[in-house]
Amino acid sequence: MNKEELGFDTINLGHGSGGLMTRDLLDKIIFKTFSNPFLDQKHDGSIVKFNGPTAISTDSFVVSPVFFKGGNIGSLAVHGTVNDVAMCGAIPKYLTLAFIVEEGLKIEDFIAIVASIKEAADKCGVQIITGDTKVVERGKGDKIFINTTGFGEVNPKANISTDNIKVGDKIIVNGFVAQHGMAIMSQREGLEFESTIESDSTNLNFLVNDLIDAFGDKIHLFRDPTRGGIASVLSEISKDINKGITIHEDKIPLEKQVAAACEILGLDPLYVANEGLFIAIIDSEIADAVLEQMIKDEKGINSACIGEITEVHPSKVVMHSSVGGKRIISPLIGEQLPRIC
Amino acid sequence: MKYLTEYRNLEATKKYLKLIDKTITKKWNIMEVCGGQTHGLVKNGILELLPDKVQMIHGPGCPVCVTPLNLIDKAIELLENGVIICSFGDMIRVPGSTKSLLEAKAEGGDLRILYSPIEAVKIARNNPDKEVVFFAVGFETTAPANALSVLHAQKEGLKNYSILVSHVLVPPAMEAILDDEFCNIDAFLGAGHVCAIMGYKAYYPLAEKYKIPIVITGFEPVDLAQGIYMAVKQLEEGLHVVENQYSRAVKEEGNVAAINVINQVFEVGNREWRGIGEIPNSGYVLTPEFKAFDAELKFGISYIKVLENPDCIAGEILRGIKKPNECSQFGKVCNPSNPLGAPMVSSEGACAAYYHFSNNLE
Repeated sequence: MNKEELGFDTINLGHGSGGLMTRDLLDKIIFKTFSNPFLDQKHDGSIVKFNGPTAISTDSFVVSPVFFKGGNIGSLAVHGTVNDVAMCGAIPKYLTLAFIVEEGLKIEDFIAIVASIKEAADKCGVQIITGDTKVVERGKGDKIFINTTGFGEVNPKANISTDNIKVGDKIIVNGFVAQHGMAIMSQREGLEFESTIESDSTNLNFLVNDLIDAFGDKIHLFRDPTRGGIASVLSEISKDINKGITIHEDKIPLEKQVAAACEILGLDPLYVANEGLFIAIIDSEIADAVLEQMIKDEKGINSACIGEITEVHPSKVVMHSSVGGKRIISPLIGEQLPRIC
Repeated sequence: MKYLTEYRNLEATKKYLKLIDKTITKKWNIMEVCGGQTHGLVKNGILELLPDKVQMIHGPGCPVCVTPLNLIDKAIELLENGVIICSFGDMIRVPGSTKSLLEAKAEGGDLRILYSPIEAVKIARNNPDKEVVFFAVGFETTAPANALSVLHAQKEGLKNYSILVSHVLVPPAMEAILDDEFCNIDAFLGAGHVCAIMGYKAYYPLAEKYKIPIVITGFEPVDLAQGIYMAVKQLEEGLHVVENQYSRAVKEEGNVAAINVINQVFEVGNREWRGIGEIPNSGYVLTPEFKAFDAELKFGISYIKVLENPDCIAGEILRGIKKPNECSQFGKVCNPSNPLGAPMVSSEGACAAYYHFSNNLE
């Protein structure tokens, strides 16, 4: 689909009116792109059937810039929610898709975002089953916001809960930290710097499900450390379980360029957002086998065991620095801000 | 990363820590001047690795911490009157007398967070119908880039660009600390980045007058451990000279090109330091030739007496008289979500560094 066939250049308030212009936009772009038996009903909603326990997760996406190295708001909206469902130990099946578009969005940008949603959804094995499109006046949004809700069938072998975490459990990550946040930061107005850093935005559902199939209830928790980075997620977990967490600075996978960019901007990579990363807390006896399996997967090549659950310092995360010191890792407060010097 | 990983090396850090242990015979108080060094000491857990006889005292070198309340209020007032305010990131959460820049942004102000002041000139160029003000805070380190923005604006003939200057200088602050009746500092770790710009000749008279060792020091674990060792060694040997630990970045004469840019645009003048008070000849003001770029003159600034929160002991923290955990409000009423004073905001502020990295470690 291109803008000549559509007959309009930008999305305007009329496209959110619910009238003919809305129908036109839906028919020519949305229904055409995502066609499936659920959506083809063109009903107000869809009726789906699940076998057993179902995981549901919702997320809204407001990233700026909308297009960034390694993805765009569309692929991010699919990966983000698919990953949240996967972290529950479920196999994502369906997504809802709601847009809030600021009038004036170029139609080619909208088409590119929709195409990227389709591509990501196909890769994840999920179908878009219902959705919504609203248009707001210029200045009342920021180009485009997307909300997705995901539904997945819980893998019968999964038993994911903070209640299962015990002292001695190992903490694994599947790759480099801080990639997404630094890719976005490098393209923000006023902070741009030249780099080839790409967002890590990707779907983790197959890797996670393979691990559940292989190791079942020995896997105690999955979490994806998006906003707030691994520091904030680990801090939350240690508080929830009232046990200590120790991590080792020299074990945390950090790509050189990202490390350099963090140095320049004065950011701590532990607090920078990720979109293709998960933390697994697992029984220590399977740690080696889990790592061995993960590094065979392209989304886990750089997996590493970064720490463990401890009896000491309950409710606190302590990092052993590479020079032998220790420091508390506290949760992120407010937005991470570049330092002056 | 070349010149980085080797300065985060465990063995090299340990080597200097052992040397400190071997050399030291009595208790010494050493002040690291720069907030970046405080951050490095706390973040890498070096404070705990030092022998008890070394007491590190945290200095005033956190630029946003010493920016006067009046100027923050002025920036907020400008923001609320339709001026585009451009600022470095860690300034925006510092509390003014009623709110922070970030809160004023939430109420509708056009606040831009920048990494370089040159970007602010670009914003002024792209918004000719708006006034654009860069909040030029910082020590000597940020002065060259801030000065350069003024030179660029002048060259382009931009009439809608000005800077709200709050530049402060390190040597007068060190002298003010040494003149304080409560001062108990035996040696200084000089601020590495400041000296990378300015060199370290200005410290010779200080070391001589106050008989105090000054070791220009970097920010990585090996730098800090080595700098402390050099200071301890001087103290134990009864010396008081200026030494340069950070020789990979600092030359005696500094960065001559950067100093020239500063001298074109700024001259030394009196400055108020938040928490410390006015120190004569302790900062930069725009020279008469560049007064047109002075936001204070352009928009007028009213020096109303603003009151600090009476429970905040930021002044004593910044002068090295007290440590953050000696404050009754620390970690309780005052925390990074609800800072009573500026040192709890910036990651270079001593209170925030203590809160984030070492608060109740075990």
